[in-house]
Amino acid sequence: MREWIDLLMVLVAVTNLAILGVSRLRTCIRLSAIQGAMLGCLPLMVAPLESWTPLLLALVTIALKGWVLPALLERSLVEANVQREVQPFVGYNASILIGVIAIAASFWFNTRLPLPFDPPGTLMIPTAFFGVLVGLFILVSRKIALNQVIGYLVLENGIYTFGLVLMPHQTLMVELGILLDLFVGVFVMGIAIFQINREFDHIDADRMTGLRDWSDE
Amino acid sequence: MAILISIAILLISGVVCLGVGRKGALAGWIGATGTVVACALGLIPALTILLTGMRVRTGWDWTVPGGSLRIHLDGLSAFFLVPILLISGLGAIYGRGYLHAHEGRRNLGPVWFFYALLTAAMTLVVIADNAILFLMAWEIMSLASFALVMFDGDDPSVRHAGWTYLIAMHLGTAFLLVMFLLLAGGGSLDFDQLHCQPRQTFLIFLLAVIGFGTKAGFMPLHVWLPEAHPAAPSHVSAVMSGVMIKTGIYGLMRTLTFFDSVPDLAGWILLGIGMSSGILGVLFALAQHDLKRLLAYHSVENIGIIALGMGLGLLGMSRSIPALAVFGFAGALLHVLNHALFKGLLFFGAGAILHSTGTRQIDQLGGLIRKMPFTAATFLIGSIAICGLIPLNGFISEFLIYLGALQMPMPGLSAFAVGFVVIGSLALIGGLAVACFTKAFGIVFLGEPRHIPLDGVHEVGPSMLTAMGIPAALCILIGIASPLIFLLLQPAIGILTGLPAEKFEVSWSQAVSSLVAISVIGLILWLGIFLLAVLRRAILKRRPVESSVTWDCGYAAPAARMQYTATSFAGPLTNLFGLLMQSRSHRQLPSGLFPRQASVETHTPDVFQRFFYTPIFNALVWISRAVRRLQHGRVHLYILYIVLTLLALILWSLA
Repeated sequence: MREWIDLLMVLVAVTNLAILGVSRLRTCIRLSAIQGAMLGCLPLMVAPLESWTPLLLALVTIALKGWVLPALLERSLVEANVQREVQPFVGYNASILIGVIAIAASFWFNTRLPLPFDPPGTLMIPTAFFGVLVGLFILVSRKIALNQVIGYLVLENGIYTFGLVLMPHQTLMVELGILLDLFVGVFVMGIAIFQINREFDHIDADRMTGLRDWSDE
Repeated sequence: MAILISIAILLISGVVCLGVGRKGALAGWIGATGTVVACALGLIPALTILLTGMRVRTGWDWTVPGGSLRIHLDGLSAFFLVPILLISGLGAIYGRGYLHAHEGRRNLGPVWFFYALLTAAMTLVVIADNAILFLMAWEIMSLASFALVMFDGDDPSVRHAGWTYLIAMHLGTAFLLVMFLLLAGGGSLDFDQLHCQPRQTFLIFLLAVIGFGTKAGFMPLHVWLPEAHPAAPSHVSAVMSGVMIKTGIYGLMRTLTFFDSVPDLAGWILLGIGMSSGILGVLFALAQHDLKRLLAYHSVENIGIIALGMGLGLLGMSRSIPALAVFGFAGALLHVLNHALFKGLLFFGAGAILHSTGTRQIDQLGGLIRKMPFTAATFLIGSIAICGLIPLNGFISEFLIYLGALQMPMPGLSAFAVGFVVIGSLALIGGLAVACFTKAFGIVFLGEPRHIPLDGVHEVGPSMLTAMGIPAALCILIGIASPLIFLLLQPAIGILTGLPAEKFEVSWSQAVSSLVAISVIGLILWLGIFLLAVLRRAILKRRPVESSVTWDCGYAAPAARMQYTATSFAGPLTNLFGLLMQSRSHRQLPSGLFPRQASVETHTPDVFQRFFYTPIFNALVWISRAVRRLQHGRVHLYILYIVLTLLALILWSLA
């Protein structure tokens, strides 16, 4: 089973890199949906099928990460009427380069942060770190609010992967809690984007400085 | 337990009010009834415990770390419960009439909801038996009262008062958090497990004085009090000033029970705080033009008197002089109850004046006794009581503190001197309070109307009158029945001093004979007043009575503007203490042979606010202005800050 988990992890890492290099928002959403669906299969591989919980978790995760959240985002996309991110703070080629550096950093972290037990897959921890780093990078480097939601999703996928490493030991409840948080987060942001779009005529997060709580006199 | 049922009733009626808030009359009816029923129900166990001296404890587990839903009801909690429930219940009755004018015009649901929540939180504060539960109730109490202060939040000055209050409360709570963590020492946070390490005693005492003193309004920490109390609706002012600030005193007393021994210095500190709060509080009250602000400063003064009593009690404990400890704590405790009664009464009175005249400015009023005789009578009773005059209740508690100060041992010269200083400052406070309330009552109720004509003024409705009548009656009752009051104080004193009952009953018996004498004198006074009234009636019977101007030095056309004003009445005293008060006045003196215009205006802003807090907060603003450059509103860079911090932390821990 270990090889299969590692193969899945490689695929997840590839989707992360792809999200970094794609400018079309619709493709980004699709990629995040694929990533979510793949990660949804992970509980079945990590935990033995002796109880219903891994199956349940897998079903819920696939439904949320693979279907509900991308559908919500696509709806926002249609409503916001944007196709692609034209001018990100960091260009797409440079982004992929940074992604590669992030992979290297993740493997280094892995060597320096040994777990007290053997993880179910060799590549799970580095992929988790990679997801977190990529998510944070997208949050920082993209202007369009929709892309930031995707960054948040990728970040959460990384945390989720890390949680699954611990799953044989416990933390099912913690994971479900995180999923719920995320659901609410995207829900709120979806509404917020729609509202902001109506209010400002754009969804560029870098031009939303009017929302800060003090103004230049 | 009945007390839990009454909390439940409060919460339920509050939530229902929130739902029907648009229908003002219904919300008022439900809110007032619910609160009154809950308070009456809660008084039963409180009085039972006070009279039997039992101690009830119960509790459930709670998922909050370190917390447990444990409550207890002992002599100390029960003693504080009495004024809390009494004044809150009366406040609800009063509020029903006071808010009547707003019915139909604005949503009254939140007011009644937060009022019920405040009452429930105050109850929970005094019965909580776990530090987390206590702090939670403490915060709910602060927030609920903050929401009530903001009732007239459209007014910028009210908003300013509200924010000052909120900031002060949270700074105070921060000290309490540290204090409880130190007391727990890593162990359980249940009150019976809390224990003070001997070498931390003084530190914990200081934290408690600052944390609880902020709520109670000890002098340098009092700045929120004269802002927030006048801003709230009057029944809320009565509850805040009458009982809510007493939860600070309760907290301090409860903390004292965690100590094995108390250093001498703690007693001196409380005496110092008591003296400064008492004298400065009454001086600033004297200089105020706003009736409710004047009353708020008097709360500072009375908290000072309570602190004096506690300071004497602590000295009595640290030097093992039982009589000193008993009289000090008895005076402090009784003054808690007394102050709740007469301050509640006075704020109700001030509210009635505001309700029917529309102003709180003393200098605009005058002659109200003719239109509002009942309000005037109860206000007079409250004024006499707060001045500590015989035959009302204020005298009894101050008398106990005097008795305590006289117990200071003779051979120790310093202790003797301090006893004298306590007596001197109490006397000074009393004298200044008399001047202040002569001013307040005289200018507002006597004389001729100044700026507000009496035509539109009328006596307030029956619910407000009821709420003023009951505490006035209780003030008279406690003043006469003082020898019996020990029955109520006994369990609380036992908890505070840790002395066995027989031992402090010996000390108490020294006071009983004097208290009996006071009661007799009081009764004679009341009898004399009654006889004089009868005599007056008899003399005036079948004789014409007309009202006319008093002798006016031969001047034929006196006008209302020629009367004393509040400022001119207080002038000699405020000038005497000018160095402490730092009043600012703008005068335009009359000049020439035929002067046309002259005016005088005085302001007495709070000294501590002006010379201590304002500079500190200005410095804070200056620093934060420099840091504010980081807050530019760009979300990306905010996240970048977080990412860089995280990466730096990871690298730092791995490298």
